[in-house]
Amino acid sequence: MSYSDWLIQLAQTALVLGTAPLLSGVTRKIRARLLRRQGASVLQPYLDLLKLIRKEAVIAENASWLFRAAPYLILATTWVAAALVPTFASGLPAGAAADIIVIVALLGTARFLLALAGLDVGTSFGGLGSSREMLFASLAEPAMLMAVFTLSLFAGSTQLSSISAYMLGPGAGVNISLALALVALIIVSIAENARIPVDNPATHLELTMVHEAMILEYSGRHLAVIEAAAAAKLLLYLSLIACVFTPWGTAVAGSGALAYAIGLLAWAVKLAALAFFLVLFETAIAKMRVFRVPEFLGIALMLGLLGTILLFVSRVSR
Amino acid sequence: MSPLDSDIAHLLAGSMVLLSFLLLYQDRMFALLNVFAFHAFALAGSVAWQAYLQRAPHLFITALIALLFKGVIIPIALRRIVVRLGIHRSIETVVSIGPTMLFGIALVGLSIVVMLPVTQAEGPFVREDLAFALSVLLLGFLMMVTRRNAVSQVIGFMSLENGLVLAASGARGMPLVVEISVGFSVLIAFMVISIFLFRIRERFDTVDLQALDLSRGESS
Repeated sequence: MSYSDWLIQLAQTALVLGTAPLLSGVTRKIRARLLRRQGASVLQPYLDLLKLIRKEAVIAENASWLFRAAPYLILATTWVAAALVPTFASGLPAGAAADIIVIVALLGTARFLLALAGLDVGTSFGGLGSSREMLFASLAEPAMLMAVFTLSLFAGSTQLSSISAYMLGPGAGVNISLALALVALIIVSIAENARIPVDNPATHLELTMVHEAMILEYSGRHLAVIEAAAAAKLLLYLSLIACVFTPWGTAVAGSGALAYAIGLLAWAVKLAALAFFLVLFETAIAKMRVFRVPEFLGIALMLGLLGTILLFVSRVSR
Repeated sequence: MSPLDSDIAHLLAGSMVLLSFLLLYQDRMFALLNVFAFHAFALAGSVAWQAYLQRAPHLFITALIALLFKGVIIPIALRRIVVRLGIHRSIETVVSIGPTMLFGIALVGLSIVVMLPVTQAEGPFVREDLAFALSVLLLGFLMMVTRRNAVSQVIGFMSLENGLVLAASGARGMPLVVEISVGFSVLIAFMVISIFLFRIRERFDTVDLQALDLSRGESS
């Protein structure tokens, strides 16, 4: 591990947080255009964050220290997890130190903190949001882990860099287990990022909201930090899918500046394409009833399980 | 045989198992029929790929029969029956979906555990196809057990038969005579069942088979 690798790692760490609001701005813009609206500028999320940071944070009287600490802890865990996913370069030092299971665990920690913060003030909405979030998480996490296991069985490793290198190699072909893992991962990332069939990020209608219900009590800089963490989480999931299923163009650590530039460009194109498909799916589908969401996530869990079983068959019978 | 060939065979046979699960998941009539048509398409694709790999032209005919009868004619006929019975809007009350799915996965595991040791002497294709075919078969049975509506039981039966054809095509292909007779017997079974459907509806004003439990045969 040389100095330059660490520099690239630092650049990537800064990049994931720096471009996350841009990604959410782009998704909002695409959504507005698909609905034939003009839409706000793609830089609007940055302006929103600036505005929130300048405002005074109003905190409930009975809020404990946890309520004040939770936003920063959530941002920290999500940021670390996002920095571990290879974006434009793979094989970086921090990625080698932590595998995909660590990423899942970090996201789980962030979710735990968010649910605690939702319960802390003791309003009914916070409790409702926390209980729903935990209900969904109890299905989404195993589904994510099953998809991860399928991928790791393929590559023989849980390191994201090795998985993406394996996908580039000759060993990976048209395989149904890969397709099942992909669909399971997509369903999980839709649910985890509170996108439309599961939760609507743009509403405060109390019957349906999950994520918004938990952060209803936050304002000012705390809210800004939580919004930034949510944007980083979306970037994390899209980068994860891009790095595993479309590994082309990603630079390998230690290659020259040109390779990094190509990797950066490829990453931007992949994320833009994924964001477009995500929004296209969102505009085509209606919001699901809350009690149907466990079924939807159960499908993801089942697909992950089935992918592992089918992979086992093709391994044993050969 | 290149890895890509076997990957495509694996993909097609595996997607049949997946579509069987989708059949279990669906509780609306028209969606159920559409998924069943896709199930037949996957079967036709799988059999045609086997025909290409085994250089067995008669399997192409099997694939064509599957495509025409099960992919086109039977779904269209069932759709007309559903419309005439007036149950196209109804949502079927099935045993809750979660446990059914878990049970289905257990059945898939069971068929793999049973099939792989038994067929050790055979080539990889046959073993894989037989394991998948047994899963499709058991899932068809599961569907017939858990459904109350007669039309979805018919679909369960047909998907079960798709599993049989998949098994036969893997094992060096079955003779054409057998294949055609099986195809026709399914068609005849379909006709008999559809006549029964109308008789049941005439008598009980519903195609919910739970109504039959109350009948002891002596009613006027």
